[in-house]
Amino acid sequence: MAMKRYSVFAIAREAMSYHMGWERAWRSPAPKRKYDAVIVGAGGHGLATAYYLGKNHGLTNVAIIEKGWLGGGNTGRNTTIIRSNYLQDPSAAIYEKARSLYETMSQDLNYNVMFSPRGLLMLGQTEHEVRGYKRTVYANNLQGVSTEWISPRRVKELVPIINIDGPRYPVLGALYQARGGTARHDAVAWGYARACSAMGMDVIQQCEVTGVRTEAGRVIGIDTTRGAIDCDKLGMVVAGHSSVLAEMAGFRLPIESLALQALVSEPIKPCMDVVVMANTVHGYMSQSDKGEMVIGGGTDGFNNYTQRGSFHHIEETVRALIETFPMISRLKMLRQWGGIVDMTGDRSPLISKTPVEGIFVNCGWGTGGFKAIPGSGWAMAELMARGASPLAEEFSMYRFREGKFIDESVAAGVAH
Amino acid sequence: MLILECPCCGVKAEETELTPGGEAHLKRCGPGSTDDEFDGYMFARANPRGVHFERWRHAYGCGKWFLAARCTATLEVFGTYPAQSKQPPAELQAKIKARRPGWEGWT
Ligand SMILES: Cc1cc2nc3c(=O)[nH]c(=O)nc-3n(C[C@H](O)[C@H](O)[C@H](O)COP(=O)(O)OP(=O)(O)OC[C@H]3O[C@@H](n4cnc5c(N)ncnc54)[C@H](O)[C@@H]3O)c2cc1C
Ligand SMILES: [Zn+2]
Repeated sequence: MAMKRYSVFAIAREAMSYHMGWERAWRSPAPKRKYDAVIVGAGGHGLATAYYLGKNHGLTNVAIIEKGWLGGGNTGRNTTIIRSNYLQDPSAAIYEKARSLYETMSQDLNYNVMFSPRGLLMLGQTEHEVRGYKRTVYANNLQGVSTEWISPRRVKELVPIINIDGPRYPVLGALYQARGGTARHDAVAWGYARACSAMGMDVIQQCEVTGVRTEAGRVIGIDTTRGAIDCDKLGMVVAGHSSVLAEMAGFRLPIESLALQALVSEPIKPCMDVVVMANTVHGYMSQSDKGEMVIGGGTDGFNNYTQRGSFHHIEETVRALIETFPMISRLKMLRQWGGIVDMTGDRSPLISKTPVEGIFVNCGWGTGGFKAIPGSGWAMAELMARGASPLAEEFSMYRFREGKFIDESVAAGVAH
Repeated sequence: MLILECPCCGVKAEETELTPGGEAHLKRCGPGSTDDEFDGYMFARANPRGVHFERWRHAYGCGKWFLAARCTATLEVFGTYPAQSKQPPAELQAKIKARRPGWEGWT
């Protein structure tokens, strides 16, 4: 099970045998009868949860069950923006924990996740937005999250292709996080899967969970398309399908599933080396290493599980971005796709115990959970192993009943 | 593109004319209800993968609210009906049952 380390020497060694000797990065075992803990969903959050169960809490008799292929949900469909400039203290804590773990993730996992802290701007394009973001900067400074408010001139220096003069929405400044950026989404899932497999965990793909078995209010196991599996603890980490899993276990969540889309242009020469988000006009953009402009916009408004979004949203996003980045008007768009995001009312996630003893949920990351993956896994693993986690405490699903919302509708502004 | 026929004005409206309003037929809880009841009414949602009853407003048309039955797994529209309905009309339920034999029915 010991995994062969990737390194420059490994590349040289494997070159001797024409790169025919590389092993598979993870095993594909058949499910066992029983595990101490089962995680449903091999997206980033599920895999990170399993990884930290092993790494931080020594729990390795763990299976991660995935109905499709690992990373094929929102983790492989997002626009990879990483930042931690949220407003509320509990959010800043978990998103900054995640961002800081991203800084060393490639080394920790021995897997290149291409973390690129290239800097991230959230444009202020109305007076109202400027006030909101300045408030966020002040909050961030108190929280120990490094962000600053920068002038339109500075914005223009950082982003030469931007049009700061309007006409409709002039750029009045920006909330700047210098260590925000992007990472390779698939690699995050693959790196965690490889590390989990190396710890002896079973990553089981093409296996759908179809039922949850409980006894006297406690979880005892799950039914899957590859047979029944018993477990003491169950983590539901299935993003847009959270309500479906909760229904199997007999409870409801404050979640609605909506389609969110993204698109990429044809590759062009490097023209923008930061991430720019324009929340007023509802669009954001970065340039991938391949040269494609990666563009995202808003969610559709109605419940949807089809991973297909409405065309008019793409049109709105592109129309808005062309105003701020006139040069993209001539670009051809190459691909467009959708994912099903799990939206809560306060735009904050749930990392929580549930009405069923032994079942935990980690969901509600909605349009912005890629950035949170390592921090979320850290907190969820602690919650599952110890019964409580300081990072997760405020994100209980019962906060709605108590009116203790963690309102991030401003920070979450545009879907990302 | 999603197209719903507005039962108020009869227009076949496409989605840019419409505003979605979330799950329909929620039972409103009044004063004296428990925290759990309020929680269920205000925040917990069925959010099914399949047959969904929901509220819509013909925002850029007649401006009125109405209800629709739709499949969230395929985007098939089963039908629309007036906002005043206490439950989906019997014909609509029969139609859904015919199209989705596995549907557990209106509860
Ligand atoms: C278009 C788009 C752009 C985005 N942009 C950003 C961004 O720039 N920055 C950012 O931070 N976030 C972004 N997000 C959000 C981010 O992608 C998600 O919050 C995050 O990836 C969620 O990860 P997850 O592991 O919870 O879910 P997923 O990656 O969706 O994983 C859940 C897994 O559960 C599996 N599953 C579901 N049901 C079952 C079952 N019954 N049995 C077994 N397995 C099951 C699914 O197949 C899936 O693989 C974006 C999302 C989208 C759709
Ligand atoms: Zn009408």
